[in-house]
Amino acid sequence: MVKYYTTTSLFKYTWDQVATGLWQRYPNPNSKHVLTEDVLARYTENNKLICRRLLTKTNKIPKWGEVLVGRDSHVLIIEESIVDPVEKTLTTYTRNIGLQRIMAVEEKCIYKVNPQNSLWTVCERSAWITTRRLPFGFSSAVESFGLNRFKSNALKAALGFDYILTSLYGQDKLKDHPLSMSDKIKDTARKAADIAKSKAGPMMTRASTS
Amino acid sequence: MNSVGEECQELKRRYDECFNKWFAEKFLKGQTDDPCQPLFRVYQKCVKNAIKAKNLDLEQMEVQVLGTPNEKHPPS
Repeated sequence: MVKYYTTTSLFKYTWDQVATGLWQRYPNPNSKHVLTEDVLARYTENNKLICRRLLTKTNKIPKWGEVLVGRDSHVLIIEESIVDPVEKTLTTYTRNIGLQRIMAVEEKCIYKVNPQNSLWTVCERSAWITTRRLPFGFSSAVESFGLNRFKSNALKAALGFDYILTSLYGQDKLKDHPLSMSDKIKDTARKAADIAKSKAGPMMTRASTS
Repeated sequence: MNSVGEECQELKRRYDECFNKWFAEKFLKGQTDDPCQPLFRVYQKCVKNAIKAKNLDLEQMEVQVLGTPNEKHPPS
C-alpha cells in the first residue's frame, strides 16, 4: 500500500538564504529527535552540487508498534540533494533505511523562488508512505500512524528550519519566532512551578513532621 | 551537529565551517572549485570507519535514488 501526501511550505527568506541555511538546520528547537548528521558524498557536476547525507534519528514508537519493531528504534535517514544555483532549485530526496520491512517513507522537497514574491522561497513537499502487508490489521494502523506522523513532522521540520533561517538572517525577529515563544512559555511555566514548589515545600515538610 | 562517529566531531566541525562559507560565498555565485576537499577527505575517512565499526549498512546508504528511475512519482 502506498499513500501519497503533498504540502507546500513558505519561507520568507530568499532562495540563496534557504539553500545556505539547509546545511545548518540542525540542531533546532524542533529537531531533538535528530541525533547525528554526516555528509557521505558531495561533489559538483555540471555546475550543480550533488550531496548525500546520513541522519540518525530516534523514532518514538507507539506501544502497539513495539511488537513489530521493538523498543529501540533508531532510524537511519539518507538525504540526497541537488542544488542548481543557475535555475535556483534545490531538491532533496530522503528515505529511511532500517524499519523498511514495516514502513518505508520517501520524501521529496523542491525549494524554488516564490513566483509571487522573488524575495521568498516555497518548498513543495511530496511524500510516499509504503506499508508492508502485516497480519491482524496492523497494516492499516501502521499506515494511518505513518501518515499522521508524517504530517506533524513535516510541519515541525518547516518550523524548525524557519527558526534557523531567522537566527541566521533575521536576528531581530528571533524573539518573536513561534519556537522562541513556546520556549518562553515553557520557561515561564517552569519558573511558576518552581515558585509554587518552593512555597509548598515548607508547608509539606511541616505537614509531614507534625 | 554531532557526527555518527564521536571521534569525527572535530573533523566534521572544521569541514562544515569551510563548506558553509564556500557554499554561500563562492558556489552560489557560480564558482565550483572546492577548496574544502582536503578537509572533506579526512572527515570522510573517519565517518566511513565509524559506520563500519557500528555495523551500519553502508551499501544501502550508497544507493542513489534522486534523479534515477527508482525515484517515486506523484500518482497520475
